[in-house]
Amino acid sequence: MPETPLAFTEKVKAALRLAAVDQAATALGLAAGMTPADARARVPELIVFDRDEAADRVWLERIADGCIRYTPMVEVDSPDGIILGVTGCAHLFGGEEGLVADVEKRMAELGMSMRHAFAATPFAAHALARFQTTEVRQLPVASLELEPEATQGLLRAGLKTINDMAARPMAAIAARFGGEAAQALRHLLGEISRPITPRIKPAPILAERRFAEPVARTEYALETLGELAAETVRQLEQVEAGGRQFEAAFFRSDGLVRPLVVETSQPTRNAALVVRLFEERIEGLSDPIDPGFGFDLIRLAVPVIEPLAAAQLKLEGGPAKDAEVAALIDRLSTRLGRNRVRRLVPVDTHIPEQMQLALPAVESCVPVAAWPVPEPGEPPMRPLHLFDPPQPIEVIAEVPDGPPYRFRWRRVFHEVRRFEGPERIASLWWKRRDGEVDRPGLTRDYYRIEDARGRRFWVFRHGLYDEKPDPGWYLHGLFA
Amino acid sequence: MRESVDHLAMLRQQLAWIAGGERSVEVARFATGHKALDAALGGGLMRGRVHELFAAEADDSASSLGFAAMLAIQAALGGPILWLKTDEAERRGGGFHAPGLAELGGDPDALVLGLAPDAKALLKAAADAARCAGLGALIVECWGKCPVLDLTASRRLALAAEQSGMTLFLLRLEAEPGPSAADTRWAVSAAPSRVLEANAPGPPQFEIELLRRRAGPSGMRWRLEWDRDRLAFNEPALPGAVVPLPSHRPASADGLRLSA
Repeated sequence: MPETPLAFTEKVKAALRLAAVDQAATALGLAAGMTPADARARVPELIVFDRDEAADRVWLERIADGCIRYTPMVEVDSPDGIILGVTGCAHLFGGEEGLVADVEKRMAELGMSMRHAFAATPFAAHALARFQTTEVRQLPVASLELEPEATQGLLRAGLKTINDMAARPMAAIAARFGGEAAQALRHLLGEISRPITPRIKPAPILAERRFAEPVARTEYALETLGELAAETVRQLEQVEAGGRQFEAAFFRSDGLVRPLVVETSQPTRNAALVVRLFEERIEGLSDPIDPGFGFDLIRLAVPVIEPLAAAQLKLEGGPAKDAEVAALIDRLSTRLGRNRVRRLVPVDTHIPEQMQLALPAVESCVPVAAWPVPEPGEPPMRPLHLFDPPQPIEVIAEVPDGPPYRFRWRRVFHEVRRFEGPERIASLWWKRRDGEVDRPGLTRDYYRIEDARGRRFWVFRHGLYDEKPDPGWYLHGLFA
Repeated sequence: MRESVDHLAMLRQQLAWIAGGERSVEVARFATGHKALDAALGGGLMRGRVHELFAAEADDSASSLGFAAMLAIQAALGGPILWLKTDEAERRGGGFHAPGLAELGGDPDALVLGLAPDAKALLKAAADAARCAGLGALIVECWGKCPVLDLTASRRLALAAEQSGMTLFLLRLEAEPGPSAADTRWAVSAAPSRVLEANAPGPPQFEIELLRRRAGPSGMRWRLEWDRDRLAFNEPALPGAVVPLPSHRPASADGLRLSA
């Protein structure tokens, strides 16, 4: 039974056009660039979908991540290509033919077809793969990927292939068709090359295990991860370093990969701890790792390492206790997410809500400011909890400029018995977005108040009466 | 009643002795600084135990949070404090403001905040943290009924805390007391503070009630005032103008005349 032809559409200049067609549709004479109406007139059974560029990109990136098994030099060549730097890697897969056969087999398992080319530079490989020739000089001028008018100009001048252009002096081409054309030609001819920018920086420490037969059991995969962790620890010992980040990659036999990352707050060489963090990570996944047809390569990389000298335990147990807390922070950060376990860092400002910065506890950071030191004998001037944003309250004040007499918050009235204030906090006029110094932001008048039952609040009036006709009142924080 | 309590305590001691020397009969305590309270508790709150703090009313939540922070400062002695709460708690009770902790005498650098997405994750994190002997104190903030925090869960926390020797303060806000394995259970409410000059509110005061205690009588109430400079609670002075008596000599005729 022949397959139903399939096409994707996208909007080009407010008109819907076919963006991509599958093999069945190509065989029926459809091509990218047609309008869907024309295409349907020719092939009534055509199925049309909107093109989802983000999904395409994610899929391409997943395939690119899977290609890390061949070489660390993997670059995504948007929108539809991947460039691998296989210099010195191909022999591991039985030469270039073996490598291509391996890639083709995995892509076939994913239901993907592919075209490939080998070349000395990424530019040439890019063009050769798309125009399916073996020789750079036989490529059509369209492979320069210039503007349509420029390509048309080249064709009108009788230049059909790269060879035609290469025969002319470069200066003449640059003079007549622009510097871009000359530049593109130099790229294709290999006169100018560029290095491949790897998608993922190769890790300094790496251990991997390849399996002749894919491993389908997750338990066995985890056991292997433990052995790999021990291996990386031995490598770390040799360089007197500890890992701050560990990345495990489970390569499925169909070419996809599932990377898992765990972080530690202090450099570590403890293999058991790393394995426990990975178990924690896997347990916390919303979708468990799916082995599919099995994993055929498991790799543990240590992308971030820091110096760590051999430590001696103290008798009184100081560092051991610190290590326990660090291990707890690592576990909680792994399970809850790194942004959910935080330390607070002081910021040098007088705006209350900006006085602290919550940073992930697994990151080590050196504070630049210090916490304000309270004056002895004074009651607490700052609340323990702050609402962000401040909550609006309804206030009755005896005099417009005075402290609140009673106020309503969360549908409850509070009678104010004691108060202190106002503590006037002006806005940061030098940080105004419009840069108008003579129109600064509103000043806040803060009051520390206590109601009849002894509850203590921090409220402010947003704006002075000469700044704003009817300034609003807000509850900003709650004292102990 | 008193007799049976003593009897029970004796039986427990015997059991502990039979079970082996693992459990030391003499447990460490930390004093709150409030003399009457410490005397009633036999020297202060026990370390390595779970202490439950209930907000007496919904509006007392902020005071209970502050009271827990003060107890944690006392229990941790400068060691790290872990404060666990849920996303919902952040919304209802506000975000943690570190300068406020410094104003209470704590060290914000020693504080680690953990945010759990829900109550179940919160309890799981709390169970892990309770096993960590390196922590100075652990505060777990639970809002609402929190049905996952049943007797089993609280017993698990209590056992973990007992083994690690870490003190756990379980904050229950907008909740009703239920069965739990906590060592002590308190109801905390805010109390009007001492008036400073110009009618300004003074240091925080609390009215606490001992709702339940595992080894001892309960039902007493105390009034406490936090003294940041000593990192301890005080017995607040009675309201009204009070003339202080010199502490080193008995109330003299002068003093009597003044008060008359």
